[in-house]
Formats: sequence, C-alpha cells, structure tokens
Amino acid sequence: MIKGKIWKFGDNINTDVIYPGRWLKITGDPKEMASHSFEGVMPEFVKEIQKGDIIVAGRYFGCGSSREQAVACLKHLGIGGIIAESFARIYYRNAINLGLPILIAPGISKKVEQGNFDFIEVDFAEGLIKLKDTEIKVTPLPKFILEIIEEGGLIPHIKKNLVNL
Amino acid sequence: MTLAEKILARASGKKEVTPGEIVMAKVDVAMSHENADVVLRAFRQIGVPKVWNPDKIVLLFDHRVPAECEKTAETHKRIREFVKEQGIKHFYDMQAGICHQVLPEKGHTRPGEVLVGTDSHTTTHGAFGTFSTGIGATEMAGVWTTGEIWFKVPTTIKIEVHGKFKPGVSAKDIILHIIGKLGADGADYKSVEFSGPTIKDMSIASRMVLSNLSMEMGAKVAFVEVDEKTIEYVNRKSKEISSTFNYTSNPNANYEKVLEFDVTSLEPQVACPHSVDNVKPVSEVKGVKINQALLGSCTNGRLEDLEVAAKILNGKKIAKGVRMLVIPASWEIYLKAMQNGYLETFIKAGALVLNPGCGPCLGAHQGILGAGEVCVSTTNRNFQGRMGSSESFVYLASPAVVSTSAITGEITEL
Repeated sequence: MIKGKIWKFGDNINTDVIYPGRWLKITGDPKEMASHSFEGVMPEFVKEIQKGDIIVAGRYFGCGSSREQAVACLKHLGIGGIIAESFARIYYRNAINLGLPILIAPGISKKVEQGNFDFIEVDFAEGLIKLKDTEIKVTPLPKFILEIIEEGGLIPHIKKNLVNL
Repeated sequence: MTLAEKILARASGKKEVTPGEIVMAKVDVAMSHENADVVLRAFRQIGVPKVWNPDKIVLLFDHRVPAECEKTAETHKRIREFVKEQGIKHFYDMQAGICHQVLPEKGHTRPGEVLVGTDSHTTTHGAFGTFSTGIGATEMAGVWTTGEIWFKVPTTIKIEVHGKFKPGVSAKDIILHIIGKLGADGADYKSVEFSGPTIKDMSIASRMVLSNLSMEMGAKVAFVEVDEKTIEYVNRKSKEISSTFNYTSNPNANYEKVLEFDVTSLEPQVACPHSVDNVKPVSEVKGVKINQALLGSCTNGRLEDLEVAAKILNGKKIAKGVRMLVIPASWEIYLKAMQNGYLETFIKAGALVLNPGCGPCLGAHQGILGAGEVCVSTTNRNFQGRMGSSESFVYLASPAVVSTSAITGEITEL
C-alpha cells in the first residue's frame, strides 16, 4: 500500500503534453528528461511534485506517440504510480516496461473530483484503492505483468530470464 | 479467424488464437528511427553482445534530418557505430525518408508478417496486410535480444466503406470523419479492418492514409483488405513474399462490430485543435486565418498528395504572410516530384520545399509555430503544443484543403 498526494488530470492526456517532442533529442539523462515533464501546460508540476505522489486521470491516459520519455520522466520524478479510467496501449506497455505501477480504475476520476480528495492509498498488486474512508476494489493487472513491474521493468525481467535459460 | 488472429497464430506457432489470449509472437521486422539511440541504451543494459538477427532490424533517420543540434548529431553517430558493430545491413541513414514510407518502398513491409516499430504510426503498414504496431524503446531492446514480443490478441472492428468521393474529397477526409465518429480511443487496443468498394478503388498511397491515421483512434493494428493491388505492389518491391498464406479474414471471422460508411455526400473534413477527434466539415471552419500550411508527413507526403497540391498551386501564389512548407515523404517521391515538375510549381508559388523527413510535425525543427500562430497541416496530430508553442493551433486536413488554404490565407472550402 502506498499513500501519495493526488495529481488530477482529465481525459486524453497525450504524450506531447507529458513530454514535448522538441526534447526527444534527450536520449540518455533521465534527470534532464524529467525537467521537461508537462512543461507547456503545467510548469508547476516539476517544481511541486513529491516522491510517491500519484496521478489520477480520466480516459485514455498517454495517448499519442510511442515516446518512452513520457514514462521515464514521470518515473524519474518519483511518481508512485498512475491510476486512470483507461490507458492508451503503448503508454500502458511503456509503463510496465519501465516498472512504473499503473492501475485501470473505471469511475475513479469522478470519485476523486466529487470527493475533493487530496490523498490516495493504493495497493497496485491487489487493485485496492483507499480514499479517506472509502475502499474501491478494481481488477489488478495480470500476474505476468505485475511480475515485470515488481522486478523493476523489462530490462531486469529479461536479464533474469536470460540467466534462467 | 480475423487477419489479426491468423497472423498472431502463425507468429506464435499456434493453430488458433482467440481475442484476449496472450501470445508470444516472433517478430519479422523490427524498425526504429532516431530513437534507436534509446533502444540501444536499453540493449546495452540487458548486456547481450549481439542482436537476435541483424537482418530483421531496419534502421533509418527521419525525425530530425539533417541533425538540428549537437545532441542529435551525437545520436546519429552512436546509431551508425551500432549498425557497424552489429552488422545491420538494412540501414538507410538520412538518405531515404520517413520510415513508414521507406519500409514499403524498400520491400520490408509484407502481408502476413509481424512488424514492430518504435513509432506509434507503425500502424501504417497494415495497409499491406501486415500486423504492424508501435512499441516503446525498452520493449524494442527486448525484441533485439529475443526476437519475440507478447501480444494480447485483439478483437476486431470491421469498417466497410461505400460510395464514390466527390471531387476534392479523399482518403484523409473519410478517415478524419471516422475518427470523429468513433473518438480518440474508439479503437484502443483493437484491430481495425478496412474493406468495401471505396477502399478497393483506392490507391496504395490512399490506403496508407487510413492505416496511418487509425492510430489516432487508438488502433493496435489497422488492416486494409489485401487484394491484387497489394500483392502487385509488394511483389514489385520484395522478393520474400510468402504465397502460401491467405491474407484475408475468414468469412466466418468474429467481429466485435461491423461499421458502414458512405462517402457519396462527404465534405472535406478538418480536425480542429487540440484533438484529432474534434472533426468538423470544412464549411464550419472556413475563414480561420493561417500563418503556415504544411504538406507532407507519413500521412500525406506521397506522390499523389503532391500531385493534388501541384495542380491547385499551378500558376498561383501563396498568400502574403503565409509560409507553405512542402516535405515529400521519401527520396523516391522527392525525385519523382522533381521529374514531374511539381517541385518547380511549389517553388514558383512561393513554397519552401524541404528535404524528406518528419519535419515540424512533432515540433522538433523545420517550421515550429510561435504563440498565437495557426497551421493547417496534412499531418496526423494536432495536440496542444505538438508543433511548437503551447499557444499555437494546428488544424488537420487533406492536401487539397491545405493547398487551397495556402493560396487564400485562411481555411478554405474547395
């Protein structure tokens, strides 16, 4: 169970907004990447984000480009995970592959909006969400995907399996 | 089985697969552009000395060519060194064009195969009956290591298109219209199949527009029904096509839904800022003043697009205060456009003709927008800040609408 401050986002948050294309020239340094997260639309994000904060978004989070920097930047900032009504498929895979916990929770953004909650507690592996005194249970990610995230992403996962071969 | 199911069954060595099932698929083609630099960093971290099969990897530069800054120059250098080290023979550097145009042209896109690319618009290759989809850089490093990738077998939406286009209306207009109806996530995680008489009549180039833009309704893969036109094109470009595989869905295939569209009375369509599903007929958008008109990209930078534009611009002048950029999608197209006199027409009209590549589509270089500026563009995304300032505006339209608007200086009905 991790507890974090909520960052609320709406529907269709795209990768150009999360990580603008002009910074794709940064290919190595995650710290440098992270400094450009949401810079065009939410410059305060990078300054105010705290380790373990959680993004709660609407439908189709991470749509658009396949740029992995849009996951890497948030992970480097210490985001504890992303909960959304739904994810765009490449972003979903990129998050798994970089070991960033995610959860699909239908109805979550409305609940957070209406309750005006500031903090959220999440058990990504169990699909358990706590908002003050309300508990919400959603379907957790499939086991083999959870395993990749728990191992820290695809690179450690492949390394482990290469050893097993 | 649907075509998506058939290809995934074959690629995973199974007789049959069903939607929802997870399969490990063998990859036939693994494509990357500049972001191969991110891939190779992940590949080094995995630590195996050699890629699984250097002949199945295709690399080129298209996003930032020629290098717009020192960082990109270093990226290009690192990839060139990697190509040499690994013995990757299908490497086109910056002498070919945009990946989604170059791979079919050079015979790397074949029906029935699995093609993954570190670019979301890899769905384009579905126009040839290829199971093709975009993946991230780390996942590609996994493919370079093992030659395999997991897929959840998608459900399929069949889209049948009927009717003849009115003059000046094209593939771009029908696909924008469809995206407007289905929404930005209307096909998220799904396979899409285009068929019907209108599609059959379309050129290969027009079919690629459908598969390319299907990404903007979330499609995982977007097939156009394979026919003799497809086979003729692929055979001309590639010597490796398999003749034993049936590239169409079975008649009893299970579709999640079947949608029908008729283009007979369709008007030119425009996707308004800041989302691709914010689609309106051009008559409702006309009069919007523009600063830039962009003709090009993996969506609409093909020869037939340049031909439409050249016909409209022939003997005309770009409006004062408007800059028009023309970016052919590949060197092959660039050369043909020159031989056909299109480039001369563009230059005489006052357009800037740039080298093949992605250009300013993703806001990296070559035509960035300032605050308050408006661009009408044949590209595929109009997200806030995509082409530059977060306070700029991108309208997506067909080559015909973009060229006409360049002359008048405002979004113009044909």
